[in-house]
Amino acid sequence: MSDAMHTKTIAQISADLAAGTYSSVEITTDLLARIKREDQAINSFITVTEEQALAQARAADAARAAGNASVWTGVPMAHKDIFCTNGVLTTCGSKMLSNFEAPYDATIVENFNKAGAVSLGKTNMDEFAMGSSNETSYFGAVKNPWDHDRVPGGSSGGSAAAVAARLVPAATATDTGGSIRQPAALCGVTGIKPTYGRVSRWGMIAFASSLDQAGTMTRTAEDSALMLNVMAGFDPKDSTSMDREVPDYTATLNNSIEGMTIGLPKEYFRDDISAEMQQQVRNAIAEYEKMGAKVKEISLPNTHLAVPVYYVVAPAECSANLSRMDGVRFGYRCDNPQDIEDLYLRSRSEGFGAEVKRRIMVGAYALSAGFYDAYYKKAQQVRRLIKNDFVEAFKEVDIIMSPTSPTPAFKFGEKGGDPVAMYLEDIFTIATNLAGLPGMSVPCGQVNGLPVGLQMIGNFFDEARMLNAGHQFQQATDWHLKAPAGI
Amino acid sequence: MSLDQEQVRKIAALAKLKIDDTQITAYQENLSNILELVDQLSAVDTASVEPMAHPLDAVQRLRADVVTEENQREHFQKIAPAVDQGHYLVPRVVE
Amino acid sequence: MEWEVVIGLEIHAQLATKSKIFSGASTAYGADANTQACAVDLGLPGVLPVFNEEALRMAVKFGLAIDAEIGLKSVFDRKNYFYPDSPKGYQTTQLHHPIVGKGHIEIELDNGETKRINVTRAHLEEDAGKSVHEGFNGMSGIDLNRAGTPLVEIVSEPELRSAKEAAAYFKKMHSIVTYLGICDGDLSQGSMRCDCNVSLRPKGQEEFGTRTEIKNVNSFRNVERAINSEIERQMDILEDGGRIIQETRLYDADKNETRAMRSKEVENDYRYFPCPDLLPVIIDQSYVDAVKATLPELPDAKKARFESDHGLSATDAAVLASSRELADYFETVAAKAGDYKLAANWVQGDVSAALNRLETTISELAVSAEQLGRILQLIKDNTLNNGGAKEVFNALLEGKGDDVDSLVDSLGLKQVSDTGAIEEIVAKVLADNPKLVEGYLATPVDKRAKAIGPFIGLTRKAAAGVNPQVVMEVLKKKLEEL
Repeated sequence: MSDAMHTKTIAQISADLAAGTYSSVEITTDLLARIKREDQAINSFITVTEEQALAQARAADAARAAGNASVWTGVPMAHKDIFCTNGVLTTCGSKMLSNFEAPYDATIVENFNKAGAVSLGKTNMDEFAMGSSNETSYFGAVKNPWDHDRVPGGSSGGSAAAVAARLVPAATATDTGGSIRQPAALCGVTGIKPTYGRVSRWGMIAFASSLDQAGTMTRTAEDSALMLNVMAGFDPKDSTSMDREVPDYTATLNNSIEGMTIGLPKEYFRDDISAEMQQQVRNAIAEYEKMGAKVKEISLPNTHLAVPVYYVVAPAECSANLSRMDGVRFGYRCDNPQDIEDLYLRSRSEGFGAEVKRRIMVGAYALSAGFYDAYYKKAQQVRRLIKNDFVEAFKEVDIIMSPTSPTPAFKFGEKGGDPVAMYLEDIFTIATNLAGLPGMSVPCGQVNGLPVGLQMIGNFFDEARMLNAGHQFQQATDWHLKAPAGI
Repeated sequence: MSLDQEQVRKIAALAKLKIDDTQITAYQENLSNILELVDQLSAVDTASVEPMAHPLDAVQRLRADVVTEENQREHFQKIAPAVDQGHYLVPRVVE
Repeated sequence: MEWEVVIGLEIHAQLATKSKIFSGASTAYGADANTQACAVDLGLPGVLPVFNEEALRMAVKFGLAIDAEIGLKSVFDRKNYFYPDSPKGYQTTQLHHPIVGKGHIEIELDNGETKRINVTRAHLEEDAGKSVHEGFNGMSGIDLNRAGTPLVEIVSEPELRSAKEAAAYFKKMHSIVTYLGICDGDLSQGSMRCDCNVSLRPKGQEEFGTRTEIKNVNSFRNVERAINSEIERQMDILEDGGRIIQETRLYDADKNETRAMRSKEVENDYRYFPCPDLLPVIIDQSYVDAVKATLPELPDAKKARFESDHGLSATDAAVLASSRELADYFETVAAKAGDYKLAANWVQGDVSAALNRLETTISELAVSAEQLGRILQLIKDNTLNNGGAKEVFNALLEGKGDDVDSLVDSLGLKQVSDTGAIEEIVAKVLADNPKLVEGYLATPVDKRAKAIGPFIGLTRKAAAGVNPQVVMEVLKKKLEEL
């Protein structure tokens, strides 16, 4: 038995389990104990499913003993609390769903179950995935393992922090405007948001349906490839899911980078980004050049419009998506409703937090009579312009790279007063969701002891190239191995 | 674009949210700031641009007309706030 | 002042698919509450819709039947409003790009003329659940079995000018959708419902008056009555110099009056936008053509054929073509009997009387089209007289047998047409009634036709099942000979 099972990656655990170095029950027990011990300080889990995890681990060990093991058999992981898990609390970080035991499994949850993975529990998140700091969770903010006074990023802050703190080797996550990449950057881990339509949205509680996409939170690109192998694929239950072949994402990890053209969008290297931040990213690019990549400056001229477009489209969609939270069939219901109007008003007002209410109201306004054309329709048009920028760019380059976030992890409350200041946190990530492109963040340096992320944006369905690029970078550097103090 | 308090109340009513008088100014300010951010869009010429519904411009797939679902009422109603005789209960609805 | 009535109808027809428009739950009517409401129908967090191909095909079929433009690109929108029977807080419908565009149908007016009524559009949408207000201790119970049942909403132009026209339009639509087999047409189960927009304007004025909408009227009769009562109400207000308030009203059939709905949202801002969980529905002309090839003969064409090919009157043809079941029944009877007029008389006479008396439908009638056709065959070859035919028909209705020929035998209804046998009977009748014979002979020759009546009666009494025509001939001959 290894004394540092928690530091292992998926790939290592899978190999260790196969070699019989330790059993699934042993590593599961070890990680559950570690979560119990360490998570009080960072609050990355909302629910820990100890009994279920151990049952899954025992079943996995039995399957292995019977000779029915594959890569994921007995490998521990966790799910963001936005994914429905049958019979297990699925809160979406909200009081509204604080009592919601989902009556069915999300497609990706089912996929991991079928693959033999062991789920340790459900990770904390910004309420209904609305936030970039994890401060909007009804279950309390998640602390950044690198500095407990700082945010882990959001909305998949729980998944990022849990992976960074070595509580789990991997967790699922979702990304609507940067919710995988930004917390991955702020917590010094690796995460990929695949192309829109690559991973099923069935059972993933919707924030903004045309932007939401499920993805990974891991410590290495290789592990993200292993996760994506389980997650990606066509789902007939999701009309927006794409029926395309899924490659083995691990098969191309070791391909050479030689000749790859990296585009650097000048709009993403802004003057207001600190020189140290920019330097970390430029160092990473230099690393790629050493590996034989070519670099080209490009322009994505509509970049400045991404945040405005997002703050029409996402609130509009969420305003309708969250209407089903009405206290009638599931979830929070206010005490003693006097009439149906009272039931709606109080259940929703008491069940939703301030940021969710703000976004619902912005959305309702943008869709209301007389404003639809000026806001929603306009935003969908500009959205096409933003996508077209990328389509043009990918005629010249294979991959686009930039900082993931404008700053490293910031302090709690730092952007609390002004939602707009918080929204600008996603300035580099949002356009990817609007265009539907895949995006990834890998650790590429540090500023003042805090991790900095390198963002990669790939062409449609070109996840394999990004994972390849990420893996090659991680073969040449050790930023992904750096852990917060005390781990 | 800035909103007055009456507009904030109207939107809240549409969205079935109750905003206390003590919070109304904060919401008014927040929403106005967000709308100001969004107003940058009005300057963009989009005359000939088709609105984008799906990032991949894909089209709707069709499902065969087959009954695939079984009765799961008990399972689904276990998580309901109030049920009676198989019905979801709400305060009396007046038509 | 003289007022002109302006009416437009919005008809909701449930499509006869097996499963729901966006889920795999059954659409069957009458199940226990919420046993046919799956995760999608309940609007649980995380669920997603996938569009039913049969709902699409049925809607296109309808569009082709009313000669409408078919939307090669149609888009589902979300219509946002909160109501307990609307589980997602929005209804998925089609606003800007409906599957069916402008079309038209013809309705028959009382004076025998037809009038073209234009259809603005018809779109696909999902039905809501039901709220039950009795039996829950002052609460309401929500049943979502119906939620997600596919509907086509058919919107007419405001071209109907009386309650009668509105009812005729509703009936015609009913006949079209049932002919197409895309809706079971069962009004009592709510398979077709109608919202009536009613307004009045001074005759000659072009501008429309303020309208009210009567929601969810569910019978042909009630459409007429509800609109008439609303016309009366509006006229009273206008005549008194009052103003009509634009509002939604409900029709109370017991009181025969409409009343304003209390629950309707004050602010009607539905905030429509394209549903991001569903993608644009794209079909091509070859799809449309393929659907077109499956269209059955429709009521107007059938009516025209009944008139031109089989010499039926316009009225008979219209009645017989009004429903597909009736028309099919009629055509089977007529083909078997080889006589369309005789079949028309029977179907509109004895058959329709039996349907009314037994309150049943043609498909459930105990006398099949085959059986009736056989009865008519026997009339045609003189095996049965009319009275005998009715007896067989009634015997079938009462379940006394199901083979027409056996019933004719067992009931002894076979007509005696043998002249020799009838001559014997007639001779006996004349011999037994000398006074009548005397009276007959005393009657002037030009009035004897009437005087022969009693002899016919006596002969038929003496032997049931004699052919009246042969009896007449024999009687005439015998009396002449006296």
